[in-house]
Amino acid sequence: MSKHSPRQAAHWQLFKTHFVEPLGRWIYIIPLLIVNAVVIIIPSVSGILYAFTDWNGTSEATFIGLDNFGRLFQDAVFFRAFINNVTYTGIFLIVPIAVGLLGAYLLAGIRHGQVVYRLLYFIPYMFASVINTQIWRYLLHPKHGVGAFLADYGITFLDFAVFGRRSTALYGIVFVDGWHTWGFLVVLYLAAMTQVDKELYEVARLDGATRLQQFRHVTLPSIRPTLIFSMLIIFIGTTLVFDHVYILTGGGPAHASEVMSTYLYTQAFENFDVGYAASIGVMLALWVSVPLSIFYVLRRRGWQI
Amino acid sequence: MLKSGREHSTMPNHVILMTLAFIAFMPIAILFMNAFKTTAEIGRNPLGVPSVWHIENFSEAWEVGRYGTILRNSVIITGGTIVGTLMLAGSGAYALARLKLRGGDLLTFYFLVGTSVPAQLFIVPLFIMWRNFGLINTQLGLIIIYCGLSSPFATYLLRSYMVSLPEEFMEAARVDGATNWHIFRHIILPLSWPGFVTAALVVGLSSWNEFLFAVTFLTDPSLKPISTGLYAFQSRYSRDWGLTNAGAVIMITPIIILFLILQRRFVEGLTQGGLKA
Repeated sequence: MSKHSPRQAAHWQLFKTHFVEPLGRWIYIIPLLIVNAVVIIIPSVSGILYAFTDWNGTSEATFIGLDNFGRLFQDAVFFRAFINNVTYTGIFLIVPIAVGLLGAYLLAGIRHGQVVYRLLYFIPYMFASVINTQIWRYLLHPKHGVGAFLADYGITFLDFAVFGRRSTALYGIVFVDGWHTWGFLVVLYLAAMTQVDKELYEVARLDGATRLQQFRHVTLPSIRPTLIFSMLIIFIGTTLVFDHVYILTGGGPAHASEVMSTYLYTQAFENFDVGYAASIGVMLALWVSVPLSIFYVLRRRGWQI
Repeated sequence: MLKSGREHSTMPNHVILMTLAFIAFMPIAILFMNAFKTTAEIGRNPLGVPSVWHIENFSEAWEVGRYGTILRNSVIITGGTIVGTLMLAGSGAYALARLKLRGGDLLTFYFLVGTSVPAQLFIVPLFIMWRNFGLINTQLGLIIIYCGLSSPFATYLLRSYMVSLPEEFMEAARVDGATNWHIFRHIILPLSWPGFVTAALVVGLSSWNEFLFAVTFLTDPSLKPISTGLYAFQSRYSRDWGLTNAGAVIMITPIIILFLILQRRFVEGLTQGGLKA
């Protein structure tokens, strides 16, 4: 092999610093980026594009502009689903968070048995949706469940098919999902509460603050970042909720418990209206991105939320 | 804090905490008890302790619910997802934490928010892509999807673990002329195994429990994992509570046992996001 000329050597040096060495670093992350691109990014971009077509999944697609979105705004079922999602989120932001805060605050105040309580509360969070629904379809069954048990003692407000009634189906689902989630919130808030400086409580007590006042003026402000973050993940999770609705009611009866995800699923995989389903996906993504972007913008500006 | 215990009695705390424990635990206890009852006994005694512990529900569920096949499928899918995700996320996290990449911060941010891209936005196009690739109704197809879904979180978790490792070892190795691969293999991996265990538990739990993608991408009954297998079983034998409860018990028992052994790691991994923020 002949000796490289100085010029060739310089080229080789450039090639090495700009290609070989970076490649030696990038090689570690390239497989990860490829899988993410194939599973998430490419289909997400196609999803956005499909939303502007009338594609049915097999034949030619035609570009139809904003027609799908126009249709969405006139679709009573989609409107029902959106309202149901908002209701779902609203209840979730109040009840499970309140129970979670109560549980965590009480747990922070005891010394014995904290570990056991935490363990018991957390177990339902480990369960799959099919398990939660199996448990509660039985316990809310009019013949075997809690309603029937209470009815034996003359208390008859719960001995009917909760998931079969238009007025109660959605609340039944929210209850099951809430049962699955609140223990996680207890553990999350408890972890934040144990970080709170004990001296703050000491000072509050010396000032004669009651336990409720201590909670309001010491605990809540101190765990605010965790609280806000939990509200963010609850907003996202409840907006995208699918499993519990699909399994318990399929969105029925008569769309009474329909949510955006189940409606999208029906449009895509039963009606093969891929373009329309994609436009629902875009609306969902937009709705989720509202609190998400507010959160990140405020964080970036250094707000202590 | 010592004084506070004497100032307030903790008795009221325990009353409310026990009520909460009852709400969390009773439904699970009833699920387990009913798994051991005959249909006739469920009619007579729907919420109590079984008079006879009837274990035949399990053998019957095993046969008619094909639980042998279903469990094997779930083990393959969950195992494949854990291995795949840890390989992708482990090396990716190393690159983000320790090798200077141009645009690395942007990628880290992507992996932080990447977990919040809603599945609903991409599930339909992904289904069509997978149909073209012939990956519908293959376990490999579902494993690849799960790896894609869980790797952003796992990368983020492992990256923060690797960033916190002491710099000295790596500097020393670099002075001795060690390559990137050598440092990854002999320094980073042995030091970050606790991070890998936590990531494996979280990823394993979510793929064991996953429903939406499993119900969409695997429709062949002989390939279904336990979540959708149990769902099909519930729809077919909806009135046979003993049988379907036995199926549910088969699904959650390994999770509960694993949770009791590795409680701290599970909790740490699952609440990670909340504490990081």
